Amino acid sequence: MTTLLNVRGLRAAYGDIQVLHGLDFALEEGSVTTLLGANGAGKTTTLRALCGMIRAAGDVTFAGKRITGWATEDVVRLGIAHVPQGRGTFTRLTVEENLQLGAMTRRDRAGVAGDIERMYGYFPRLKERRLQQAGTLSGGEQQMLAVGRALMLRPRMMLLDEPSFGLAPLIVRELFDILGTINREEGVSLLVVEQNAALALGLATDAYLIETGRIVMSGAAATIREDESVRRSYLGY
Amino acid sequence: MELFVQQVLAGLATGGIYACMALAVVMIYQAIDHLNFAQGEMAMFSTFIAWQLLQWGLPYWAAFILTIGISFVAGVLIERIVFKPIQNAPVLSHVVVFIALFAILNSLAGFIWDFTIKEFPTPFGSSPLLGSGLIGSHQAGMIAVTLVVLLFLYVFFRYTRVGLAMRAAAGNPESARLVGIRVGWMVALGWGMAAAIGAIAGMLIAPVVFLEPNMMLSILLYGFAGAVLGGLTSPGGAVIGGFSLGVLENLAGTYIPVVGSELKHPIALVVIVAVLVLKPGGLFGRVSVQRV
Repeated sequence: MTTLLNVRGLRAAYGDIQVLHGLDFALEEGSVTTLLGANGAGKTTTLRALCGMIRAAGDVTFAGKRITGWATEDVVRLGIAHVPQGRGTFTRLTVEENLQLGAMTRRDRAGVAGDIERMYGYFPRLKERRLQQAGTLSGGEQQMLAVGRALMLRPRMMLLDEPSFGLAPLIVRELFDILGTINREEGVSLLVVEQNAALALGLATDAYLIETGRIVMSGAAATIREDESVRRSYLGY
Repeated sequence: MELFVQQVLAGLATGGIYACMALAVVMIYQAIDHLNFAQGEMAMFSTFIAWQLLQWGLPYWAAFILTIGISFVAGVLIERIVFKPIQNAPVLSHVVVFIALFAILNSLAGFIWDFTIKEFPTPFGSSPLLGSGLIGSHQAGMIAVTLVVLLFLYVFFRYTRVGLAMRAAAGNPESARLVGIRVGWMVALGWGMAAAIGAIAGMLIAPVVFLEPNMMLSILLYGFAGAVLGGLTSPGGAVIGGFSLGVLENLAGTYIPVVGSELKHPIALVVIVAVLVLKPGGLFGRVSVQRV
């Protein structure tokens, strides 16, 4: 496996408050990597820094290109799709327009039309509601739409920020099954940030543990799951 | 009955002016989420440019098209130079800059072209349409152009990629960036289009109200009122709002003895207040629903 994303000494701050104190981690092509940590550890900030939504210092390399300081619009064009916390729905537009927007940077009309149908295959509920204003969807449906919109980019890597947040357990299981399928069958690498550590470790191949803006532990997901302190602090058994 | 029909038609004719302006107002509101107080002065300035081109001997339609082009570019430049640097500033800063722009354009026009009232030609002729005397041919032409612009906007926003990208950028800039839309350019494009539509409105209105630096003062008020009445999120609603306002104003002036022609103008203000109190989304504005 080759390293798709390599992060060295990533630092970011909100005003005077330093949130990330030099983060080092990497993501292998085709893997599912998860960043675990408590509230305020810096997980969301890490994802936002990766795709240029906040200013960051350090070295971020994606597919051999140094992308630190790049504008979000340019990061997206390299094939990095971000499913943000709160889902980022275009609430006033229809479900189908939301999906079309995901493919904004693509030029192949036929391919885009085909991909929209493919998304409806993954998420039949979206097809039923395709002409509905996206803001009227339930939380679960909006999360599905956000994943669908991100996939419309045909990304190489997808960033997911708390995909399970606020969803019913049944919906969460459905969503994570689909994420697994996407990773296996489409070869999209996933970087998942989750508070629900058990859930994330079930899907992930690799895991990193963040505490107050630093990586404190890393390894294969299976190994991390067995770790005594992780189990006590994050898995709760 | 004849009086009624006549007043309605006359109302539609003035309504066409308001509709034009309301359309420009909605256009910029869609792009930047603020009402641009300098919109009227931008339109006035564009009209002066058209007048100057005509003075230099250009044929009407050449001057018309060229003015639209110049206004579009100027609108983009105003956004890039003046508003991009303050894009994250609070609303009040924007309002102050709008007012500054208003004052600057107003005095600049007076400085360059002085404050004397000038005539502006109409391409549609001034004879009464169909010999009926109910509506002039310029008024009819103005209504037609307004509807064509509206149709163009509808097709643009509904069926083109750029139109969709502009709607996305206006509704949710952060998500728009995440799908690769260059939001800054979408805003600039919105300014350009609003300036171009304002130029069209100005050139159509000028033959009726005559050209001078203060020609847009009351018309902008009606444009705002029409836009609010129709709904600030709906270009079609803004046009209908503009027309309704023209008719309403005329009928009230004719049939309500107290109103007369003296009190016609405050009607726009009454409409703004009434709409905001009773139906804040406007008649046709989409009230966005959001589940959280």
